[in-house]
Amino acid sequence: MTTTKLKPAGDVATHLAAAEAFANSAPGPEWLRTLRRNGVTHFTELGFPTPKLEDWIYCNVAPVTKLAFKPAAGTDAGVTAKQLAPFAFPGWTGPRLVFVNGHFASTLSVLPAPQKGVTITNLAAALATGDQQVQAQLAHHAGLDASGFSALNTAFIADGAFISLAPNAVAAEPIHLLFVSAPGDAANTAQPRNLIVAGANSSAKVVEHYVSLGGAAHFTNAITEVSVGEGAHVEHAKFQEENLEAFHIATIQATLARDSRFLSHSISTGARLARHNINLVMTGQGVDCVMNGLYAVGGKQLVDHHTVADHAQPHCGSHEFYHGILGGSSRGVFNGKIFVRKDAQKTDAKQTSRNLLLTDTATVNAKPQLEILADDVKCTHGATVGQMNDDALFYCRTRGLGEVDARRLLTHAFASEIVNRITVEPVREHLEQVLWGRLEELIEKK
Amino acid sequence: MSESLNTIEEFVASDYKYGFVTNIESDTVPPGLSEDVIRFISAKKHEPVWLTEWRLKAFRHWQTMTEPKWPNVTYAQPDYQAISYYSAPKQKKALNSLDEVDPELRKTFDKLGISLNEQKRLTGVAVDAVVDSVSVATTFKGELAKQGIIFCSFSEAVKEHPALVQKYLGSVVPHTDNFYAALNSAVFTDGSFCYIPKGVRCPMELSTYFRIEAANTGQFERTLIVADEGAYVSYLEGCTAPMRDENQLHAAVVELVAMDNAQIKYSTVQNWYPGDKEGKGGIFNFVTKRGLCKGANSKISWTQVETGSAITWKYPSCVLQGDNSQGEFYSVALTNNLQQADTGTKMIHIGKNTRSTIVSKGISAGRGQNSYRGQVKIMKGAANARNFSQCDSLLLGDRCGAHTFPYIDVQNPTAQVEHEASTSKIGEDQIFYLNQRGLETQDAVNMIVNGFCKEVFRELPMEFAVEAQKLLGVSLDGSVG
Repeated sequence: MTTTKLKPAGDVATHLAAAEAFANSAPGPEWLRTLRRNGVTHFTELGFPTPKLEDWIYCNVAPVTKLAFKPAAGTDAGVTAKQLAPFAFPGWTGPRLVFVNGHFASTLSVLPAPQKGVTITNLAAALATGDQQVQAQLAHHAGLDASGFSALNTAFIADGAFISLAPNAVAAEPIHLLFVSAPGDAANTAQPRNLIVAGANSSAKVVEHYVSLGGAAHFTNAITEVSVGEGAHVEHAKFQEENLEAFHIATIQATLARDSRFLSHSISTGARLARHNINLVMTGQGVDCVMNGLYAVGGKQLVDHHTVADHAQPHCGSHEFYHGILGGSSRGVFNGKIFVRKDAQKTDAKQTSRNLLLTDTATVNAKPQLEILADDVKCTHGATVGQMNDDALFYCRTRGLGEVDARRLLTHAFASEIVNRITVEPVREHLEQVLWGRLEELIEKK
Repeated sequence: MSESLNTIEEFVASDYKYGFVTNIESDTVPPGLSEDVIRFISAKKHEPVWLTEWRLKAFRHWQTMTEPKWPNVTYAQPDYQAISYYSAPKQKKALNSLDEVDPELRKTFDKLGISLNEQKRLTGVAVDAVVDSVSVATTFKGELAKQGIIFCSFSEAVKEHPALVQKYLGSVVPHTDNFYAALNSAVFTDGSFCYIPKGVRCPMELSTYFRIEAANTGQFERTLIVADEGAYVSYLEGCTAPMRDENQLHAAVVELVAMDNAQIKYSTVQNWYPGDKEGKGGIFNFVTKRGLCKGANSKISWTQVETGSAITWKYPSCVLQGDNSQGEFYSVALTNNLQQADTGTKMIHIGKNTRSTIVSKGISAGRGQNSYRGQVKIMKGAANARNFSQCDSLLLGDRCGAHTFPYIDVQNPTAQVEHEASTSKIGEDQIFYLNQRGLETQDAVNMIVNGFCKEVFRELPMEFAVEAQKLLGVSLDGSVG
């Protein structure tokens, strides 16, 4: 591994210099080196997004670019298993892959028992063994030019999770991917690149989990590419609980083939600035997908979800549910796009975004967007922003609950609606604990 | 660019077909825009110095701006230096009888049920009827003046009521607002001005007068309506009759100001030339409309029926500044053939207990693209603000598109904001049911579309609602089968 020494003050130039140095010197097959160089080229053109761009209008990433930039070259040996204990899901028996600063830490990870047709490993290892799927799929789903961040991540492709399922393979247990930012004085930059390839009729459940060990600012710039084969079934849950100084920019790009099913969950409670791009492209007919999300933030946090349900083919269904709970002076952004391409008839697309404001200073920017180019479709979206329903509060109070308790109950119910859609029980339990604490904080601080 | 020039040329060339002729007078300025041209326009209109300066300020700002690229429409950009910004009022060649009028146009008139006299007036046939209408207009004017209502052309207002104009001009849509508003501020030639004094309820729909007097609206129109405390006015702009115009670019500005307890109802029916079936020609309608609910309990209501123009780009908005003020927006936008519409509203809630309602109905047929773009913004101080938005789209055919871009920005926790949208098509079973009852398929479609738009038509003044319904039918002609 190469170590790149850098000046503490970061801007586009330093990022660019680092990306160039890395792309030129990092090991890997020729195609990967070309890919990284393409990433550099795109980053040179795009730079960091500015709020002048429609997609980044509410999300000012200037603080990210000002952050001292320290690309982590390898794992930090200082992280111990004990430090990771709070992030374990209760009663979890499945495999757990730990990435420290974006790099695989084998000593902290629990790899699954070998299973025929199921590959669960890290990207660097898969590259080393020359897995054909990697070359065939990597960067084939997420565009390099989606934003400067995508380009930057591509320029720094080195490690991440790699999960590959042969046709008809069913992963025995859900897979926990834990991304840890090691404590340190300088800001760590982690740029994990994950790839999930599910062959025809295969099935897997994957949990992506982002946490920080220290309290210092750090930057995560992640991309997860998912290819769901014909008739395959993938559940992807992402839980982001980084510290309140962190910057988190992530993209999940999924390509869904005929008759596949995809469940996406995105739960975000941490980070000073969190931006989640979740893009689902239905390239075959009969796809059914769900986008499920919850954000609960306070203080000066900013959480931004940009989702896309792209109905490129007829007879697909997409269902989207996003709930936001905003306390302090936080800002929640939800931008949901539904595209119905020409001839994508019989599309059934539904989108709901509901936001609960707990304080006078919290802000919501919602933009539920429909673009429809076919006529025989059923598309609806709804967005609401407001306070708790007075009738519901009154009902609780007639049943003997105090006002504070009633509010607490209803807020939790509002969050649970989303959490309950996750089918992996240990994850739900962990989430409930963390969320409970977070919501109490938000309600009390009010 | 050559393409847009061609289109303009074609337009000019096709003019003769409808019997218009532009009288080239010596004081027409050559195409192009510069400070000299603006000074010329201002001098021509005998404007006071402050207005000339205001125009120049707008022009200087306009030069620093670029045309907005964000609307969901595509077109060849007009060449702003190829437009002539001032020409003396046009002389129409008088036709001797309606038989000389384009039969296509007459067919449309008949379908709309426009009276013979009005048909003559619209097509420029010189008959006594026109004289009649002028006298009717004069009667109306007298009645309005008795109540203290000022209603005149913009140039007249600048001369007669400079204090009022200076006070309110640009107070709602500043000259820096956007590219087209800045252009309009620099070069506007005329428009209407209306002032309703305290406590006066305008006794008639200002539409009637407007239709008779101001059919020749011009390319860069400027409208300013001020309703003083407790006043009420209902104003109708445009008309259902198809309007042929040789100007391809229309950039109008409308400003409304409502004081305490005042109410303004502004209705628009727009049926400019939409271009032919291949999308050639057609008007670019880039309009900035905004109302300011300045006083407490004031109310501004926008109703629009947009069926014409090749490109429609307009967002009639309400700034709800006064406590308890109300904003409403009701819209029907129809795009057929290759028409494109990007329209919607902005509701800016500033005062307490402000309320807004948005009902938008988009209909796309042929290869039309229809976008709703709206913003609901609840500012920090807007306690108990309430918004309800509903935007429905109806798709007729599989080559058209419907798009929705709502922005919801809320900064106050006591606000309640709801947004609903749906997209649907006309069911075959619905058509079958109506066929079974003896209705032709086209009539069945018209009936269903009218039902779809009912909530908006209800807001239009009675006689216009009827015409608007017919207009939809005409605009949808040939969209089925």
